[in-house]
Amino acid sequence: MKKSFAALAAAAMLATTVPAMADLTVPNLSYRTGSYAANGIPYADGFADYFTLLNERDGGIGGEKVAVPECETAYNTEKGVECYESTKGQAALAYNPLSTGITYQLIPKVTADHHVLYTPGYGRTSSANGAVFEWVFNYPANYWDGASVAVKYMLSQNGDDLKGKKVALVYHNSAYGKEPIRTLEELAKKHGFELVTIAVDPPGQEQKSQWLQIRREKPDYVLMWGWGVMNQVAIQEAVNIKFPMDHMIGVWWSGSENDVGPAGEGANGYKALSFHGVGSDYPIYADLKKYVFDAGKAAGAGDNLGNVLYSRGMYAAMIISEAIKTAQEKTGHAAVTPEEVRDGFENLNLTEARLTELGLPGFAQEIHATCADHGGPGTAMILQWDAAAKKWSAVSDWIEADKDVLDPLIAEDSAAFAKEGGIAERCK
Amino acid sequence: MLDQLTYASEAALNGLMAGVMYSLVALGFVLIYKSSGVFNYAQGVMALFAALTLVGIQKGQVPFAHLINAVTGGHLETFGWQVPAVLAILLTIVVMIGMAIVIETLVLKHLVNQAPIILFMATIGLAYFLEGFGDVMWGADIKTLDVGLPQGINETIESVTDTWFGYGFFIDNLDIVAAIVSVALVTALTLFSQYSKQGRALRAVADDHQAALSVGISLRFIWVLVWSIAGFVALVAGIMWGSKSGVQFSLSMIALKALPVLMLGGFTSIPGAIVGGLIIGMGEKLFEFFVGPLIGGATENWFAYVLALFFLVFRPQGLFGERIIERV
Repeated sequence: MKKSFAALAAAAMLATTVPAMADLTVPNLSYRTGSYAANGIPYADGFADYFTLLNERDGGIGGEKVAVPECETAYNTEKGVECYESTKGQAALAYNPLSTGITYQLIPKVTADHHVLYTPGYGRTSSANGAVFEWVFNYPANYWDGASVAVKYMLSQNGDDLKGKKVALVYHNSAYGKEPIRTLEELAKKHGFELVTIAVDPPGQEQKSQWLQIRREKPDYVLMWGWGVMNQVAIQEAVNIKFPMDHMIGVWWSGSENDVGPAGEGANGYKALSFHGVGSDYPIYADLKKYVFDAGKAAGAGDNLGNVLYSRGMYAAMIISEAIKTAQEKTGHAAVTPEEVRDGFENLNLTEARLTELGLPGFAQEIHATCADHGGPGTAMILQWDAAAKKWSAVSDWIEADKDVLDPLIAEDSAAFAKEGGIAERCK
Repeated sequence: MLDQLTYASEAALNGLMAGVMYSLVALGFVLIYKSSGVFNYAQGVMALFAALTLVGIQKGQVPFAHLINAVTGGHLETFGWQVPAVLAILLTIVVMIGMAIVIETLVLKHLVNQAPIILFMATIGLAYFLEGFGDVMWGADIKTLDVGLPQGINETIESVTDTWFGYGFFIDNLDIVAAIVSVALVTALTLFSQYSKQGRALRAVADDHQAALSVGISLRFIWVLVWSIAGFVALVAGIMWGSKSGVQFSLSMIALKALPVLMLGGFTSIPGAIVGGLIIGMGEKLFEFFVGPLIGGATENWFAYVLALFFLVFRPQGLFGERIIERV
């Protein structure tokens, strides 16, 4: 009796925590609790819903269902590492922790354990160099691309001349927030603008000193590298000091509906970068409605559809699934291993035709990854917030980052990492 | 040089205003510590919970909607009505009083005569519970709080200072409202504590639980009363901070801003919370203004603690705290 109870309990535990062995496993390291939950929830929903759609509509990827076990990190680095350790034994194919702090901790681990770490638009910028970072991918764009795209946009608004202009960078005082400084300093030299850097200690609930400084300095543009409550307070303070909203540009992590909502009408005209489209006008939403929402299989309450962070979570899931599909095509079998999926990431050829086929025409830029190029096209567009309509609209075309400036910086940073870790460069 | 002085004056004034906002949070801690010797770790979360409840009531949100929908498969979100701000505030006060009764009944009542550390641990548990409960009850999305408080630059002050100094000072209207509310709150609480029967009972309980009980003061009533008042103060703090950033879960972290204020002002003094807030607010803003640019900025979070520690060297009980003498 005791034995059968133990066996039953073990079977129940396996059923709830471990996906069926034949499944393709993509853990969802999410944060639905804590201070950053408001951002973590839509992202995690978009990520999970996309895989649910593939399972329900297509029977998975190449006939293999995808299991997406969720693990709560609360945006806490230690918990994120615990989530990685507790799921890696399930032959996890790729990790996307949505945290630069967790990413930095996982880079050496995934390299040793042979799992893919996919960090679209966040993480360590120089991991774009596949010659050094074999297991890490951060296409389609990284922080330095973002900084360059913002500067290029400002150039386009000023007759290609920023000489004598003043640009303030308001940044989250963390590894993430400090990432663009080096690039912006180089770009300031190249284009002749003055860069003023203003740090905000996280969480960023109180920013009076920073915005008094901006009021005194009178910059022509404010760039923002924030996350969480820092974004909402910064936008409100900018409104309070009457800083022109159309001269304030946030990186893609400072440009969601959550960020502009509390400032209400005052946030009208605020701009932010994005490396993917937003809104629920894409054909894929018809399928999501039919197979996921109406079937009661959605990960969330359905109130985030089409918003910026939901779209970004969906984007990440789409890329991972395309990499798995590439791996399956390359190997000729469906039950691919983490090593084969890494090859899939490295051979990803995402074209506009394929995006259209997926129901996402024009949603993102094409990606043609190679052994050395794990960073992708490095393009982004500028979105602008319409407070009356409560929606973002694109106000620029895709803008390509200034590779002449960025490539040497990436080479320098990744070479330092390779030297420190004794890593031999690949792709020669 | 003159410009620097003008800018420093502006920073100092804004520091005083920020200090008032810190004091609002610190007041809740002081009230509970004063009456029961308990450091209420949950005070920040109470501010969050109060603000969440206020927005939920105001917008006619169905409590536990996500949970109900998950169980029933429904799509409940709101009742379809909007509650006027004043009524919503009153209803939130009722909820906070209800919460005080529940806390007293389920937690505090069972911990009478326990060591302060046990009560402190209980408030840690309470903080985690309330945070999760607030999430389940009202959802984790960022909510816009609008109870009609003015925000943005005060143009009169800007224009007057522009005439005097050739530079218009920035003072946020919301900070001015917070200052007025704080002064009213501190006055009311001081009068209540000094001159009302319940206030005197509250002080008696603070001095000696057993002696207070022996003269017929109901410890349970006093605890409900003080937790209700702390709930009200938390609501005021939640409104002021939530108006700025929206109501979101990081609101509970405003407690971090109150700690140096308490260390400096003393854990048992209501005026100490205000004076401590003003010193911390002004000190951190001036330090950021003068020293921040030299060392990379973002000095405020840590400097507030350094300033509080500096004062502690000279007055370990804080500026207004009661001197504790324990004879052996």
